[in-house]
Amino acid sequence: MTEEIIIAGFGGQGVLSMGKILAYSGIMQNREVSWMPSYGPEMRGGTANVTVIVSDERISSPILRSYDTAIILNQQSMDKFEQTVKTYGTLLYDPNGITKHPTRADINIYRVEGAKKAAEMGNTKIFNMIVLGAYLKMKPIVKIENVIKGLRKSLPERYHKLIPLNEDAIRMGMNSVEIVQEVK
Amino acid sequence: MGELRLMKGNEALAEAVIRAGVDGYFGYPITPQSEVIEYLTAEKPEERTGMVVLQAESEIASINMLYGGGGTGKKVMTSSSSPGISLMQEGLSYIASAEIPIVLVNVVRGGPGLGDIQPAQSDYFQSTKGGGHGDYRLIVLGPSSVQEMSDFVPLAFDLAFKYRNPVMILSDGAIGQMMEKVELFEPIPRLTDKEIIERYPWATNGKPKGGERRILTSLDLDPAKMERHNWHLQKKYKEIEENEVRFEAINTEDADYVIVAYGSSARISQKAIQLLREKGIKTGLLRLITLWPFPYKQIEALVGQGIKGFLSVEMSAGQMVEDVRLAVNGKVKVEHFGRYGGMVHSPEEVMEALEQKIIGG
Repeated sequence: MTEEIIIAGFGGQGVLSMGKILAYSGIMQNREVSWMPSYGPEMRGGTANVTVIVSDERISSPILRSYDTAIILNQQSMDKFEQTVKTYGTLLYDPNGITKHPTRADINIYRVEGAKKAAEMGNTKIFNMIVLGAYLKMKPIVKIENVIKGLRKSLPERYHKLIPLNEDAIRMGMNSVEIVQEVK
Repeated sequence: MGELRLMKGNEALAEAVIRAGVDGYFGYPITPQSEVIEYLTAEKPEERTGMVVLQAESEIASINMLYGGGGTGKKVMTSSSSPGISLMQEGLSYIASAEIPIVLVNVVRGGPGLGDIQPAQSDYFQSTKGGGHGDYRLIVLGPSSVQEMSDFVPLAFDLAFKYRNPVMILSDGAIGQMMEKVELFEPIPRLTDKEIIERYPWATNGKPKGGERRILTSLDLDPAKMERHNWHLQKKYKEIEENEVRFEAINTEDADYVIVAYGSSARISQKAIQLLREKGIKTGLLRLITLWPFPYKQIEALVGQGIKGFLSVEMSAGQMVEDVRLAVNGKVKVEHFGRYGGMVHSPEEVMEALEQKIIGG
């Protein structure tokens, strides 16, 4: 099993930390992982993206041009990454702020109202965990208990009281993801 | 099994520095390696091991602090990125001549000049062929994973003290910034002053009673003496070339073509050889671990084994390819491929380059 993922959105949406939690969850499940961020000027106020690979084999290239899954959280990222999804691959997106919806016919497309649900739950910071939940519903590459273990490892202790809220957000994402199209 | 953590390459290196029993780190921040000094400062190694961490006023100051600290037999190191390493070259030449064991890390970024802060491998010539003036060599290690960013720290110090020679860990922005699983090694205690005096009779830590004054210098105005000093250095470099070549050969046994690469290019190339093999093109990877000494003999042996062509893959305009060409000596085709200036090639681009430049060309 090798899953190659790009997560892309605005800086501040929690793109990098979502990737980090996914990578930590992979370690908790005895997988090999890599997390390769975009860094530098593009991060500051602009778009942010991270490539995460979770595999049961040694990971070769941490830098990729095509992906099994793209998680897309703004229009710029949609423009940049829709075409990079492999045929029969997966595209998950939050329609909030998206003006041009994906048009590929050869990939699975799912959507999750992450921003809306986070607002409903009263905490916009859990947006990324809702999206992560939606992803894990469609691609259960790591178990939710390992995600919780990953959160424990990656969050400083003073934030551990927020773990139940994050767990609720993951479940909210799992329950609210919608199928746009499935090709396989 | 040691402790497992998810860390950036720069952080894993910094943690390894504390665990390797290093006495002093002297550095100046520069992207993409600033996490090293950030991590070292946040971790308070002065409380964990008694190690000193000092932000110097410049890169020139830090390399000369290594000259002084290393001269006393202490384990000292610095890290920087390309423009900062350029500033250190004079000091490095002095350190190599005075045979002071130190470790320095270059997390390479795009150049020339101030360039940018994205990954590059265009400091190969500077690292392996000199960089400063005079006939000297650095031992150069090229980590290609976060694990190796950690593991190469104690290895670099072992080699530095074994040969009394500066050792460079030549990394790049991608390896420095990416996170991977890393197994941390058990801490190695720092040497006591008494142990240093016993182990390193060359160290300038005070004139022993009844003994000779110890002098570490790179200056000798008598050219005959300076030539003798050079003979001694060259003898040492030859010994290093014979004993310390390190590499990893991946799928080369049945290969028709071989990619030669190090650092993040080796990782990208490993994916490229998988893609090529899926197409039925038998390709192997020679992943360099030491860039100097360079595995000339091993590449020559691959030519003897019947390899039909070599692609040297490096994020530069073509530097390492010169060494691959020297090793192959015109017997089969050798070409370079690489993006540069901070751009990173994809596995698909490497695959296409091999198909077009080596097979098709």
